[in-house]
Amino acid sequence: MFRQASRLLARTTTSRRSRAFSSDVPATPAQDSNFIESWTKVIPNLDPPKTPSSFMAPRPATPPSIPSKLTVNFVLPYASELSGKEVDMVIVPATTGQMGVLPGHVPTIAELKPGILSVHEGNDVTKYFLSSGFALIHANSVADIIAVEAVPVDHLDPALVQKGLADFTQKLSSASTDLEKAEAQIGVDVHSAMNSAITG
Amino acid sequence: MAMAALRREGSRFAPLLSPRPITAVRSSPLAPSHEDEGPIGVRYISTQVVRNRMKSVKNIQKITKAMKMVAASKLRAIQTKTENSRGLWQPFTALLGDLPSADVKKNVVISKGLHKLNSGPEKETKYVILGEKAKAQLIRDSKKDIELIMTELQKNPLNYTQVSVLADEILKNVEYDALRIVFNKFQSVVSFVPTVSTVLSPEIVEREAESGGKLGDLDSYEVEGGETKGEILQNLAEFQFSCVMFNALLENACSEQGARMSAMDSSSRNAGDMLDRLTLTYNRTRQASITTELIEIISGASALEG
Repeated sequence: MFRQASRLLARTTTSRRSRAFSSDVPATPAQDSNFIESWTKVIPNLDPPKTPSSFMAPRPATPPSIPSKLTVNFVLPYASELSGKEVDMVIVPATTGQMGVLPGHVPTIAELKPGILSVHEGNDVTKYFLSSGFALIHANSVADIIAVEAVPVDHLDPALVQKGLADFTQKLSSASTDLEKAEAQIGVDVHSAMNSAITG
Repeated sequence: MAMAALRREGSRFAPLLSPRPITAVRSSPLAPSHEDEGPIGVRYISTQVVRNRMKSVKNIQKITKAMKMVAASKLRAIQTKTENSRGLWQPFTALLGDLPSADVKKNVVISKGLHKLNSGPEKETKYVILGEKAKAQLIRDSKKDIELIMTELQKNPLNYTQVSVLADEILKNVEYDALRIVFNKFQSVVSFVPTVSTVLSPEIVEREAESGGKLGDLDSYEVEGGETKGEILQNLAEFQFSCVMFNALLENACSEQGARMSAMDSSSRNAGDMLDRLTLTYNRTRQASITTELIEIISGASALEG
């Protein structure tokens, strides 16, 4: 008898929870309805699966005038370093060089090379060393920086960086196949970037 | 409901007061006879059998409790990872939009099983399967549609390097227009939602951008670096794929551990209930046999006296 009661309770709590979620979800846009239609044609008995846009808060629209602050989302595979932080400027290490991003920047997709990302907020500057990724800057002054690995610059150990640089330069000179050369070249690039990050 | 069951079982043991229970009880250590027939044709159970049953149910309960603890600890470890990785796919969806219904010729579906997507004519769908369970399910009817099968993913804890190698393998071996990743998104320990994530190949992205609609303003984005826009878009698509895969695998693992935990939990609760009922049965049997012994002794004594 008590088991049934607990089962009933669990059922109501989950249904309450799912109702709470459905109130958070923004209205599904037009193209998703195509998907839902074609799904119900093929498999009418099951609910259609959700898609990622139903789990994401909608992004703000492009404001008519340039906003004063840039919103930065800096994400890594294992953590979101900064999410929705309002800053004055960020400098990203794009493959074409250090690129400064201010609010109202032209929408851009930039591929990043290993280097320093610096976040300027008033008078504070936080520096991270990134190992490549992408920076997406949207028209509504939201910048998404996605990197594979990032560490604050003071976590880098100069001795290990020097050693790594020496190792990889040696590997590069002794590399035979293209694959080995490519790997060694990447190692050299990353380590020399780290070197200039610590010293510069 | 439990009371009704007990009452039912109580009525089963009423005929224990029939003549031969002592022999049944005494002979039980040597010859466990489960069901003896009394003179009226009613049946009763010896305590030995009940004791054995209790022992085995208790063992099962211990095992399922241990499995639940293991699943709970794994869940805790992987849940923090999953929640941290949730920010990973959001920038891509914000940029490239989410087009589950993009009309493409070649669909490649990646899944850990339990889902089967059908599409209309002219569209070929290929499957990339991760995990043994999915393989068993899909290999029976869609054998010719399976491109790649990858197993033994849960040996080492998931990290991004592993997933990027996996993504690399898939991208190398499979030609695709759209990759659809099907997984269970973890919402809470008792609820998982099946979700489909779509990654489009660069050509389709170009096509959709030109035709307007959701990706219409992709063209307004300046592309920095690299030689051509196409190259950057390709890198972006590959990066997007590995990020989305990473999140999908983590969510799937979380959902699996959550399901396991709740299954083990209900199973150990079940075993606990069974154990309670068996204990009552055992006590009844024991008390009934003691009562009949007493009755026999007393009636024997009173026969001697009077």
